[in-house]
Amino acid sequence: MDISVFQSIWFVLWGVLWAVYFMLDGFVLGTGLLSGFLAKNDTEKRVLINAVGPVWDGNEVWLITAGGATFAAFPTTYALMFSNLYSALLLLLFSLIVRGVSFEFRGKLESAAWKGAWDAAIVVFSFLPALLFGVAFGNIFKGIPMKNDFAATSFSYDGTLLGLLNPYGLVTGVLFVLLFAVHGSLYAAIKTTGDLSKRAATLANKLWLPLLVVAVVFLGYTYPATKLYGNFLKAPVLLIIPVIAVVSLLLVKLFAAKGECYKAFTFSCLTIVFVVFTGVTGLFPNLIPSSIDPASNLTIFNSSSSLLTLQIMTVVALIFVPTVIAYKIWVYRIFRAPVSNEDVLGSPDAY
Amino acid sequence: MDVLTLSQLQFAATGMFHWIFVPLTLGLSILTAWMETKYVTTGDEMWLRMTKFWGKLFLINFALGVVTGITMEFQFGMNWSEYSRYVGDIFGAPLAIEATFAFFLESVFIGVWIFGWNKISKKAHLTAIWLASVATNISALIILLANAWMQKPVGYVLRNNRAEMENFLTVLTNPYGWIKFTHTLLSGYALAAFLIMGVSAWHLLRNNENDFFKRSFRLAAVWAFVASLGVALTGDFHAVEIAKTQPTKFAAMESQWETKRGVGMNLLILPNASQECNSVEALCVPNGLSMLAFHDPNAEIKGLKDFPKELRPMVTPTFLSFRLMVGLGSFMILASLVAILLSRRQNLERQRWFLTLMVFAIPAPYLAEQFGWLVAELGRQPWIVYGVLKTADAVSKSVSATQVALSLLGFTVLYGLLGAIDIFLLIKYAKKGPDKNLSTIINVQGRA
Repeated sequence: MDISVFQSIWFVLWGVLWAVYFMLDGFVLGTGLLSGFLAKNDTEKRVLINAVGPVWDGNEVWLITAGGATFAAFPTTYALMFSNLYSALLLLLFSLIVRGVSFEFRGKLESAAWKGAWDAAIVVFSFLPALLFGVAFGNIFKGIPMKNDFAATSFSYDGTLLGLLNPYGLVTGVLFVLLFAVHGSLYAAIKTTGDLSKRAATLANKLWLPLLVVAVVFLGYTYPATKLYGNFLKAPVLLIIPVIAVVSLLLVKLFAAKGECYKAFTFSCLTIVFVVFTGVTGLFPNLIPSSIDPASNLTIFNSSSSLLTLQIMTVVALIFVPTVIAYKIWVYRIFRAPVSNEDVLGSPDAY
Repeated sequence: MDVLTLSQLQFAATGMFHWIFVPLTLGLSILTAWMETKYVTTGDEMWLRMTKFWGKLFLINFALGVVTGITMEFQFGMNWSEYSRYVGDIFGAPLAIEATFAFFLESVFIGVWIFGWNKISKKAHLTAIWLASVATNISALIILLANAWMQKPVGYVLRNNRAEMENFLTVLTNPYGWIKFTHTLLSGYALAAFLIMGVSAWHLLRNNENDFFKRSFRLAAVWAFVASLGVALTGDFHAVEIAKTQPTKFAAMESQWETKRGVGMNLLILPNASQECNSVEALCVPNGLSMLAFHDPNAEIKGLKDFPKELRPMVTPTFLSFRLMVGLGSFMILASLVAILLSRRQNLERQRWFLTLMVFAIPAPYLAEQFGWLVAELGRQPWIVYGVLKTADAVSKSVSATQVALSLLGFTVLYGLLGAIDIFLLIKYAKKGPDKNLSTIINVQGRA
């Protein structure tokens, strides 16, 4: 097979890895950033943390895999994306580090000040990644100010951290925060019991309208700010992807209002996945467009690995991705029961 | 300072910090799995209490190992983008495979192990810890194979302005990586065993839970001795491999300046890098170095003067790190041998001088690990990929010195804080001792 086939396969996988990461870590980040507002006491905080406890680590690995896959399949993109977005990624990295240890450290000392500090850390460092991922993807959709000469392997970048905080980047950031907040509150609603669960469901309903408003703004603003609509106009059949995203978002509300949070959560999973697919479809064949020079776009053709590496990676993905999905489903089934106050109070192993 | 120096400092700082937690994870996960296996096969509750107690220390340590690992992946792109672009075709594949194969297994099943005590059967629970610890070990193997490619590049061809994969199997079977893996893995086992011995010694000195800690000590002593001996043995193989493939690293490790045949090994050396000689050379074992390097008393050893100055690593730190690593390793073999002999006695708690020594010996393997890392990474300089790509050519071009200075500052503060908290918690829980209340343990031991 031609190398372009493998490049396209890896482009699709690249999108799938990011989509799955946002779908899975999205509810952990969402639950985390809302934990400060949802939980009324220490026990409820513990219930929320334990609701994501068995899965947050495994969910974060999708990010590491998305990063690793970019490195292996599109090394030039990996190199330029990570070095050009240096400061933003550093903030993201620090946030993810603190969030991870917060879960682990919070319950290790019986002190109100200690717990309070980690509780605050969980809220702040769940909010920041959600925002930063959105800002980063907004800027990728928009294109970043870089000049690349692939033949001479000379690359230059003119951006700053503040430059990333442009209006479109911020709208995407807010969109991600709200998507994850609704997603996380629905997760909290189905994974907890009693009063806490009811409050989470109410919050999901309340947050839905702002999410819809921002989603509409995002879809509208995307037209002047990016070239994402180009592919959809060329092949209108692709419009099915954003349509699924929008319909799923509407169904989230329909089911959340009826109190059927499982169904609402399923559709918020679909919403996130199809929002990411919408962006990725619009980008093709670019991975990161340049905002100043179309010849500098990082595409799957000018930034990929060799045919051999792509073939090896395809075999690896074909074997391991289904395996991972299979045992993860098993694990989600083991921990399918909601976490109650009695569960955390009675178990020395809980966070 | 320039971007290069700052990025090197940052990589060293974040890498060495990550490396505080990984060896203990490697060793303690296997030892915890071993204890749980004993519990499941014998039904003896003491093993369950041991699993819980040592497992708790393992988990406190594990969290930091995981989160600091993400930094390592990100840094290749952030600070070393020229490296990533140039060798990503080969180097990216193992990283991606590590994530999809090993890291997923490890993270998912650690979750099952922590939270699954009363949700799955005993056997399924035991399988979870074995899967997680085997995955951790495989993870180390894949990462060390990637690192080995930087030390001894194989299976590639320079094409299209970069290194491209030519034979993946050669990359996976790189002997440098497999030797280094065995050496590193065993050192992690020894480190974990020394931690168990040290903590047990602390409790035995206070006559606390003597049966529990005697059993722990005895088990750890055997692991520590076998592992330390294995570390020395694989270290010898490793040195031979280095002498063959990285002559500048080997010469710096031994502070060997002149190229000679039948070189002796001086037990006492004081390198003088500015004069390109050694100020002190004493206690020579005739033909020792040739023997060590090539297992041949008359073998020729390349001296540093054979290489242009700009292609030599920093001699003094590489040399000192190597000597300190070997010295600490030798101490560990001796100490664990004595530990085995003493642990066979019933009155272990009365061997106060030795128990005190073992408490203070806890940092020894940690230091040996850090020095080992320094030998490997300093010794490779000025190359990032030995003989192929210079470190100076690998650094990101679009990143400013201010950015890296700020990130280095950020890492120092954040890691310093997290490290202090982690050590504080480890000490707190180590001192607290095992859970006294057997009923809480038995209540959560799960379905039969």
